[in-house]
Amino acid sequence: MPTTASPAQPFADVTASDSTLRRFLHGLPGVDAVGLEARAASLGTRSIKTTAKAYAIDLAISMVDLTTLEGADTPGKVRALGAKAAHPDPTDRTTPTTAAVCVYPDMVATAKEAVAGSGVKVASVATAFPAGRAALAVKLADVRDAVAAGADEIDMVIDRGAFLSGDYLKVHDEIVAVKEACGTSARLKVIFETGELSTYDNIRRASWLGMMAGADFIKTSTGKVAVNATPANTLLMLEAVRDFRAQTGVQVGVKPAGGIRTTKDAIKFLVLVNETAGEDWLDNHWFRFGASSLLNDLLMQRQKLATGRYSGPDYVTVD
Amino acid sequence: MASAFDYAPAPESRAVVDIAPSYGLFIDGEFTEAAAGKVFKTVSPSTEEVLSEVAQAGAEDVDRAVKAARKAFEKWSALPGSARAKYLFRIARIIQERSRELAVLETLDNGKPIKETRDADLPLVAAHFFYYAGWADKLGHAGFGTDPRPLGVAGQVIPWNFPLLMLAWKIAPALATGNTVVLKPAETTPLSALFFADICRQAGLPKGVVNILPGYGDAGAALVAHRDVNKVAFTGSTNVGKEIARTVAGTRKKLTLELGGKGANIVFDDAPIDQAVEGIVNGIFFNQGQVCCAGSRLLVQESIHDELLDSLKRRLSTLRLGDPLDKNTDIGAINSAEQLARITALAEQGEAEGAERWSPACELPGSGYWFAPTLFTNVTQAHTIARDEIFGPVLSVLTFRTPDEAVAKANNTAYGLSAGIWTEKGSRILAVAGKLRAGVVWSNTFNKFDPTSPFGGFKESGFGREGGRHGLEAYLDV
Repeated sequence: MPTTASPAQPFADVTASDSTLRRFLHGLPGVDAVGLEARAASLGTRSIKTTAKAYAIDLAISMVDLTTLEGADTPGKVRALGAKAAHPDPTDRTTPTTAAVCVYPDMVATAKEAVAGSGVKVASVATAFPAGRAALAVKLADVRDAVAAGADEIDMVIDRGAFLSGDYLKVHDEIVAVKEACGTSARLKVIFETGELSTYDNIRRASWLGMMAGADFIKTSTGKVAVNATPANTLLMLEAVRDFRAQTGVQVGVKPAGGIRTTKDAIKFLVLVNETAGEDWLDNHWFRFGASSLLNDLLMQRQKLATGRYSGPDYVTVD
Repeated sequence: MASAFDYAPAPESRAVVDIAPSYGLFIDGEFTEAAAGKVFKTVSPSTEEVLSEVAQAGAEDVDRAVKAARKAFEKWSALPGSARAKYLFRIARIIQERSRELAVLETLDNGKPIKETRDADLPLVAAHFFYYAGWADKLGHAGFGTDPRPLGVAGQVIPWNFPLLMLAWKIAPALATGNTVVLKPAETTPLSALFFADICRQAGLPKGVVNILPGYGDAGAALVAHRDVNKVAFTGSTNVGKEIARTVAGTRKKLTLELGGKGANIVFDDAPIDQAVEGIVNGIFFNQGQVCCAGSRLLVQESIHDELLDSLKRRLSTLRLGDPLDKNTDIGAINSAEQLARITALAEQGEAEGAERWSPACELPGSGYWFAPTLFTNVTQAHTIARDEIFGPVLSVLTFRTPDEAVAKANNTAYGLSAGIWTEKGSRILAVAGKLRAGVVWSNTFNKFDPTSPFGGFKESGFGREGGRHGLEAYLDV
């Protein structure tokens, strides 16, 4: 399995100036929106049953970044989330743990304690999440703070204003700076807020921009805007990481976030992964779901598959 | 495809369709035996299992059916359009209600994946009846005069690749305009037409308006040659089409032919590559390539040839070939042993003439008629596989350097049914589309069908249009 490298060297020429970077990004193949959405919809008709479903449910559970990003978050809420991540189904200890819990930087220390010894990672949004409207120094301080508190992963937001005004180099350099602030201990997820980038061409450009700047993961969205992860934008990002690895040998992960609530949806995304990027990405090191309510639906479907009965929401924990 | 994520079998249930051990001809509203007492077996191409035994029509049966249609014509054509529309709407609704049953039936008899019959064939069949039902009381506004008259009895012969959809393309406009029909389905796929006969009864359609005669080429020949047929409509091979044209020549019969094709799918260097790959796959592997408008020639700009071929090969490696009833199957069976032999022979000829053959690793089932998705590179205009219609899952890849060369090569064929253009440049789409001699030109998509859109060929791909307002003309005395 290829490991994540520092910012890919092959692109030194591309990122040398604003104009070379713009030429490169605008030279990427276009995306036909109708065709992309049709392909995503057609993969959505795959019928995943019995053994395949059991595999997919466990895989999906292991890929969840169990998330709480509310102004009302408290240490108690974060501890409950950590316990849930470590033991998603208290009645069945064969249930895999989730990949991570995802919290605001000031909750990282609490989260670390809550998941200690479980193997569950702690991810923290940073860089003035979700708007990203702050000075670079503030964003970097936010990141360093989270890393110092023990965050294993940093979920940053790009400067959409800079991206939409065509200032690609600014977006790029900011990602590079954040990556540096992550040091060697934390993996970096770069959030594009695809709902604000609006076009598929922009999403493809942002994907390459993020990967060239050293992203370990590219992530659709914050969950805080109207349009978050969709099968089509995730399919497009999966194509980007597939093509990036083919060109550079560097593998980058993908994280759709926001709006994925049911097992059925999650399985559709796993089909996209399987048939687009391929099985190398069928692992929580390379694919994640940013979600909160999804986990309970996965657990209920898991119980149903094991027992043949649908237990209902009283038989999974509410956190 | 060996993967950690191995899709478990997900077969659609056969229990939704009840296939009788034998079927008769459908003449004058009744199922009846053939006059000569002959029958033939219809098999499932994916397993070679015999599905049913079907009465085989001969010349005498054709005569009976044409007489029934003639008798029914007087009253049917005198009905107000709104009354004919009622029957067509009713048929369309019954098709929707019975669509799962019909999809399973079509998959069993034809060999194509359930994914296609469920998501493409059946929705289009219903849409076609709905569309022409809408025209039935508006014929005076279709641009063919204030009160255009029907022709009379239509003799229709259809192929096996889209059995029920081709039936819909033929019967819906014929009935909407006030004609009555005698239709002969292909000998390898008679069942869905016989189920349609049952639907006509269920809809209360007057006797004799629709007659269905399963049989072989001799029955088709007798039908098109029958003296009391006013209109002949045929979809099938160019050779048979030419024979029919000779038979009909010198008579007062009106004729439309929808024949073979060798569609060019042109990919320019600024194309949306990932979607172009999907379009190429859809163009040639939809229904195992057994599609007259298939994009069987890929014309790719030389500067992106390698990149595109890499993407295409990677994509082909994910195609799932196997049990057509499995909901995850992408590639089903070839329709008949005869067709499989033809595809095999042409592919071998491609190799013998020096083209480079490639198929993804792909295990073929032990029984039934199967052919792996295949592509040929290093193909030139001189190769047989670039000129002859293969009617199978075989793609010939050619290159071009400039838009003019692309157009010249695309048009350099005896056929002219379909073409595709892939580019992000709108002006180039319009410029190239205007120069292509093909009945349908798709841009940044392929094999998209809609009842409102006319379909038909240039050159040896035939003449006349089916679908849309244009499709009415073939059944009106104008």
